[in-house]
Formats: sequence, C-alpha cells, structure tokens
Amino acid sequence: MKVTRLSKTHISVQKLNVFYEGHHALKDVTVDIPEKQITCIIGPSGCGKTTLLKSLDRLIDLTDNVEVTGRIVFDGIDVLDKQVDILDIRKRMGLIAQTPNPLPMSIYDNVAYGPRIHGTNNRKELDQIVERCLQVASLWNEVKNRLTEPASKLSAGQQQRLCLARALAVRPEVLLCDEPTSALDPISAGHIERQLFALKQDYTIVFVTHTLRQARRLADYVIFLYLGQLIEHGPTESMFTQPSDPRTKAYIAGTFG
Amino acid sequence: MILSVIVVLGSLVSVLVVILVKGAPALTVSMLTETSTGGYYLGGKGGVLNAIVGSVYLVGGATAIAVAISLPTALYLNEYASRSKLAGFARQSLDILWSVPSIIYGVFGFTIMVYFGIRASLLGGILALAMLELPIMIRAMDEVMRMIPLKLKESSYALGATKLETALNVIARQALPGVTMGVLLAVGRAIGDAASVLFTAGYTDSIPRSLFDPVASLPLAVFFQLATPFPEVQQRAYASGFILLIIVLSLSVASRLLTKKATAYVIK
Repeated sequence: MKVTRLSKTHISVQKLNVFYEGHHALKDVTVDIPEKQITCIIGPSGCGKTTLLKSLDRLIDLTDNVEVTGRIVFDGIDVLDKQVDILDIRKRMGLIAQTPNPLPMSIYDNVAYGPRIHGTNNRKELDQIVERCLQVASLWNEVKNRLTEPASKLSAGQQQRLCLARALAVRPEVLLCDEPTSALDPISAGHIERQLFALKQDYTIVFVTHTLRQARRLADYVIFLYLGQLIEHGPTESMFTQPSDPRTKAYIAGTFG
Repeated sequence: MILSVIVVLGSLVSVLVVILVKGAPALTVSMLTETSTGGYYLGGKGGVLNAIVGSVYLVGGATAIAVAISLPTALYLNEYASRSKLAGFARQSLDILWSVPSIIYGVFGFTIMVYFGIRASLLGGILALAMLELPIMIRAMDEVMRMIPLKLKESSYALGATKLETALNVIARQALPGVTMGVLLAVGRAIGDAASVLFTAGYTDSIPRSLFDPVASLPLAVFFQLATPFPEVQQRAYASGFILLIIVLSLSVASRLLTKKATAYVIK
C-alpha cells in the first residue's frame, strides 16, 4: 500500500464559482491542494477540470466574459484579489499545456525567456539556468549541440519536455499540468510522467487528466469533478478503493465518462 | 487550379515581356545613371536617375513612418483592444481608407499643404504616401496577429510575462512573415502610385537636396514620357516602367531572404 505523506496545504480553494457567459462552469468548489504532492483532477470532459486549473493562476482572465468568485489562497495571498500581483503569482506557478506550445524562438531562448523577462540578463547565469532546466527535463543530451535551432524543429515529445524546462526556469513552486501527455506518444508520455513524479520532491503538482490509470499511477491526492461540482476528494488509495459517493464509484468503475 | 496558375504567371510574364520589348531600345546605362536634362522629354539626352532616387526617397521615408505607426497600432488593436468597440470602429475605418483612391490622398495632402503654405516637396510626398500605406499595413498586420493561437500567448503569460513583453517577444516574432508581407504590399502600392505624389511631391529634373525640395518619381516619369508624342521618349517610358518593376521584384526577393532566418522560428 502506498504511504501517504502528511502534507500541509499549499493552495486552498474556497467556494470557487466560475461563469462563462452565464454558463455555471464551477459550482462552489472547496478543496485544499497539498504541498509537494501530485494532485490529480479527474472527471469526464467538460466537467471543469481545466477551468479549475486555470483559475489557480488566473490564466482564465484571458478568456472573454468570464466571472470568478470565491477565494484561492496561495501562500496567504488571495489569488483572485484584483489587487494581487498576478504576474508574480504566475511566475510562481508554472504551466504545462495540453499540447506542446513552444515559443517562436530558439531552444535556448525558449528556456531563457522566463528568466529574461524577470530580469536575468547575465549570459553566464542564463547558460546555467538553461542547462540545469534542460537536464531536469532530461532533454539536455538531445539538444545541447543545437540550442540555437528553432524549437519548432523538435518532436512533439521533445517540445513538451522543453515546455517543462521553460516552466522550471522561473523557479516556480507549483506546476500546473493540463493533460500534458494526452497529445504525446506513449514513450514521450512516459518520459514526462517519470519527470513529474521525480519533481514532486520540490514542487506541488496539480495534474489534470481524464485517464484514470494515469491518475492512479501518479497521484497522491485525487479531486473528482462532475458537471462543475466537486463530488469527492481524498488520497488516491481511498478514492480508488473506497469511494464514498455513488457517482465517484460509477466513474471509477467506468460506467460513464 | 493549373489554369489559375497559368493565368497568374502568364500575366506577370506578359507584362514583363511587353514592357521589356517596348522599352529595350531605351534601356541604356545613361537611363540609370543620369538625371533628366532640359530637352529630355523632346528626345534629348539624360536618364531617369532623378525619378529612381526620388521614388526610393519617397517610398523609403513613407514606409519608415508607416511601419513605425502600423506595428504598434496593430499590436494595440490585437492585444489591448481586441474585441472593443474602438477596435471594431478602427478596423472598419481602415478598411474604408484602404479602398480610398490614391488621388484623394493626393488632393487631401495638397489641401493641407496649401493651408500651411508648403509647396510640393519630398516631405509632402512622403506624408501622402505614408497615409496611403498605413491602412494597408495596419490591416495586413492586424489580420496576421489575429491568427496567432491563444495558447501561444498563454504560454508567455503563464511565465508571468506582461502584455507588452508578450506583444514584443512572442506576437511580433510569430507575426513576422505576415508583417513583412504587409509591408511589401504597402510598398508595392506606394512605389507604383502616381496620383498621390502628383500634387504633393511635384516633379523635377534634379535630385532633391532637402525635404522641402520637390522630387521626381518613377510612376510620374512613366506618365510624362508616355504623354509625349515622340516614340523614342515613349520607349523610355516603358524602360522606366521596367526599372520600377525590377525594384519591386528585388525588394520582394530581398525581404524574403532577409526574413528567412527569422521565419524559421515561427511556430506552425
């Protein structure tokens, strides 16, 4: 049996409601996300998984006509407070998107982009950051001799690892992953999974997935959303073996979703 | 599909051939290296260097001004005011301005110049051409920037980038090929335009020494030479037209080569 470490809360979501042009996408979601563990958000498509994830660093603001109420307390700061320095919050929460989305620049510049916009311009320092992050993402050996090449020349799997390195380059505390392996082949997906698993030593990871097996493999903690509602949350083992809500039971049994 | 390719290529080639055949006898070195003399339009000696240099000055100046205004405007329309009423209004106005005949820009520029007591000059021509170029550039850049996927901007914002940083580092780079195309489109229209410079830039046989001197241009050179009753001067009109075409073609090729390296980084 998996031993669940006792962990303190890193992000506390309180009574979160999200409306897209009148559509009630998230309903009164309240959940605590533990520090330095992998928390998987599961549920059938359209249940609000990505919405919840993108509320955490307020990337949801980029969407038109969206209204968010409630509180998301991260390190004592209410992320949803409009006065908050959201750029700093986003710097502290990295994002790995569903499909690899490198920036239109070289491999090196992709990783150096974050540190640069946050004021690191020393070439030596940047070199070190780039090498370190690419190594953590286990991409360094494949690209060390072609750092000036366009990032678009890499394969999809390599691009996703580059995106991981890019996210790590600004030294975040949290990694938000939006089904980061769904667009990849099984081998590349395995790479990413193993890296994230290793990274939970140092990072709080929130991972959206619609693959139950992936959640079971990776997660320490599971959040189950259904039709915008938080149905159940808890440690992975108990969620999969003794779900208390009939809807969780049905979803895990594969009756729907 | 093959038919349409033939039609397009065929018209380009036939235009080139007709101009070249009709202008070949007049296409001499002195055409390129000498300015027009007093008797030039009667068949006397000289060339159209004044018009070549004039066109380069006019279009160079106008394009510099137009790019400096267009790029920030297009970025603003997309990143700051994307779906606002202001942006909709601006886009509509620009579309109308795009289709305004160039003679209107010429007359408008002329009216303003008369009001301020400025005579036909390089400056006037540059400003009129810049006005002609602006709507083309802004709308072309705007359309390209609108095509940039949200997820690309998202990856910049997710790192804690500001709108400005995202606009300058990500959007401008991704849009580069389209921006180049927009600039070329505008340059192409401006360099071939006779009507807007007719009143604003005037015409002269010499190369301007300051912004306030009148200046010649290739389209007007073609027009004036063709309007003479002398066949040898008319041949020079075709030769001038050929020079104009070559300038446009080489600009197009050069810009493609120059942006080729940067274009390689664009995400497809």
